[in-house]
Amino acid sequence: MYQYDDIDQTLVTERSAEFREQVQARLSGALSEDEFKPLRLMNGVYLQLHAYMLRVAIPYGVLRADQLRMLAHIARTYDKGYGHFTTRQNIQFNWPALVDIPDILDQLAGVQMHAIQTSGNTIRNTTTDPFAGAAADEIADPRPWCELIRQWSTFHPEFSFLPRKFKIAVTGSPHDRAAIGVHDIGIRLVRDGAGAVGFTVYAGGGQGRTPRVAVKLSEYVSQTDLLAYLTAILRVYNLAGRRDNKFKARIKILVEETGPAEFIRQVDAEFAAIKASAEGEDLRVPQAEIDRICGFFADVEADDRPEQGSDAADFSAWRAVNVKPHKVSGRASVVISLKPAGGSPGDATAAQMDLVADLADRFADGEIRVTKEQNLILPHARLGDSGALFDALAAAGLATANAGLASDIVSCPGLDYCNLANTRSIPIAQAISTQLHEAGLDGAAGDVTIKISGCINACGHHHVANIGVLGVEKRGDEFYQLTLGGVADGDAAIGKILGPALASQDLIDAVVMCVRTYVDVRTSADERFVETLDRVGLTPFKEAVYDLAQ
Amino acid sequence: MSKAITANRLTDGRVVYWTAGQDWAEDIADAAVFADDDSAVAALAVAQGQTLAIVGAYPIDVVEQGPDDGVADGQIVTPSGRKVVRETIRVHGPTAGSLHLTTSVGRNGAVAELAAA
Repeated sequence: MYQYDDIDQTLVTERSAEFREQVQARLSGALSEDEFKPLRLMNGVYLQLHAYMLRVAIPYGVLRADQLRMLAHIARTYDKGYGHFTTRQNIQFNWPALVDIPDILDQLAGVQMHAIQTSGNTIRNTTTDPFAGAAADEIADPRPWCELIRQWSTFHPEFSFLPRKFKIAVTGSPHDRAAIGVHDIGIRLVRDGAGAVGFTVYAGGGQGRTPRVAVKLSEYVSQTDLLAYLTAILRVYNLAGRRDNKFKARIKILVEETGPAEFIRQVDAEFAAIKASAEGEDLRVPQAEIDRICGFFADVEADDRPEQGSDAADFSAWRAVNVKPHKVSGRASVVISLKPAGGSPGDATAAQMDLVADLADRFADGEIRVTKEQNLILPHARLGDSGALFDALAAAGLATANAGLASDIVSCPGLDYCNLANTRSIPIAQAISTQLHEAGLDGAAGDVTIKISGCINACGHHHVANIGVLGVEKRGDEFYQLTLGGVADGDAAIGKILGPALASQDLIDAVVMCVRTYVDVRTSADERFVETLDRVGLTPFKEAVYDLAQ
Repeated sequence: MSKAITANRLTDGRVVYWTAGQDWAEDIADAAVFADDDSAVAALAVAQGQTLAIVGAYPIDVVEQGPDDGVADGQIVTPSGRKVVRETIRVHGPTAGSLHLTTSVGRNGAVAELAAA
């Protein structure tokens, strides 16, 4: 894993000190709320329904065990004993006091963590495949490139006041597990004809009120040109992106209104200008620096001890679903589901975080990942210890065998926490997962994705769910719109609206009915949800759902 | 419709309500209730000036119930109107684990029964 150097450490330490002064200025009245708000947003501090919310960055979803222990400490000491892992591989604390946040940031800095650029009109956390460095189908590990982008984008003097937030995702595998198709910039590692690793670059993807799949800008950008090319994209966006209308300010709107061909022409022209200038030399990434960063992400060693399973009755189901193959012999990537039946998706208690940190140290080389599905992964678990690992997880309620299954529901915090939400999401997710479990549909349905957003901002990623749920307000009541056919991983696709919005209980029943309908009409268990949908269309689902609602 | 004034406390973000004593209280039962828009607007202007105490003061629709409504002691103030779900969550906290709100209220000023907590 990447290790901070003096520059990195100084940045977070000084940023924490700066924010302490800004908080004191706000508390004394030296800064007004209007002056303070953009400053606190740049440090990941939101004001929500009940309290401030602090979003802590987990760069490309990678954590050391001591970092996870610090997050547990913060949850225990400054919050209500839990944290929420997000769809952008970060963590959110829902109850910190503003007066405590400077101390929290100081303690985070002590373990090389921060909340920089987790909000505001900045380049946010670069996200990636949570199986990076472990997946057998990787062209190359995407994490060094995420780290390079992190360093380039942090406190970028030109790109700190963009028209709107900006999100970048990187996949190292041909099978995209980072949803690059719905990011402002999506990057896919590829090889050129000579076998050199470079990047296919996409831009203009996104969710929210105008979901769009990204367009390809360049088939191949070399490693040394990556930062210059990203700079070109950001510069075109920064100069031409709309600032007159917050809802039309993302790069996806610019790409669409400009036209992809013209947008690409502008980016290419800017890229050429950069390369011909002194700036181009500054942005060229020296091979020595590439090698230095890559050196932090070496492959783990094989472990050829025989696997020692568990005698527990639930072990084999968990082993089949939550333990994923690893490219190194004797290793596996273990998904720790934060979606127990009836649980709040993505939440973990301080005690659970401490346990996972301990298990990472004991069984998995001390590394943890956060997934965009709001689960945790031990990416390099040793198969020889699978039984002991399972037993420890099960004792803490962390061994739900539903990784990637229908009850592995993604849910934004919704109106229970969020100022922007129209409706609640968490109790909807809880009820759906309970009903799926009770109906025995979870295992039967296979890898159906269900995602819930409490408002059009789509933090629950409902647009790219097989079954998406969007909360809408109707005459003061909570209603929900169903979409079908979205895909996040692989070739991204936006779901289609099924019909009129439904009230809460009708929606819960409808989601379960959609899962049941899929199981009933698919040709076999091998036919995936979107394949069934392509074959039969929306009609069977619409008839099932709206007959039920009546 | 009656109004109350709410905000978030500056130091910790907790939900607070403007009182008749021109102070801030955590319990909505202590909120000052304004029967007309003019008095609510005037109170809001004063409340919004408390920038070292709170952030983001705004008016909310409420229903006030007392002995005539079957309330045994004192007054009960509950959110109402179009934002009833949001404001009820702000009163009682996150609802994780249940679809039901602790207090059910009607829209458009109708007084509703209080559900069992």
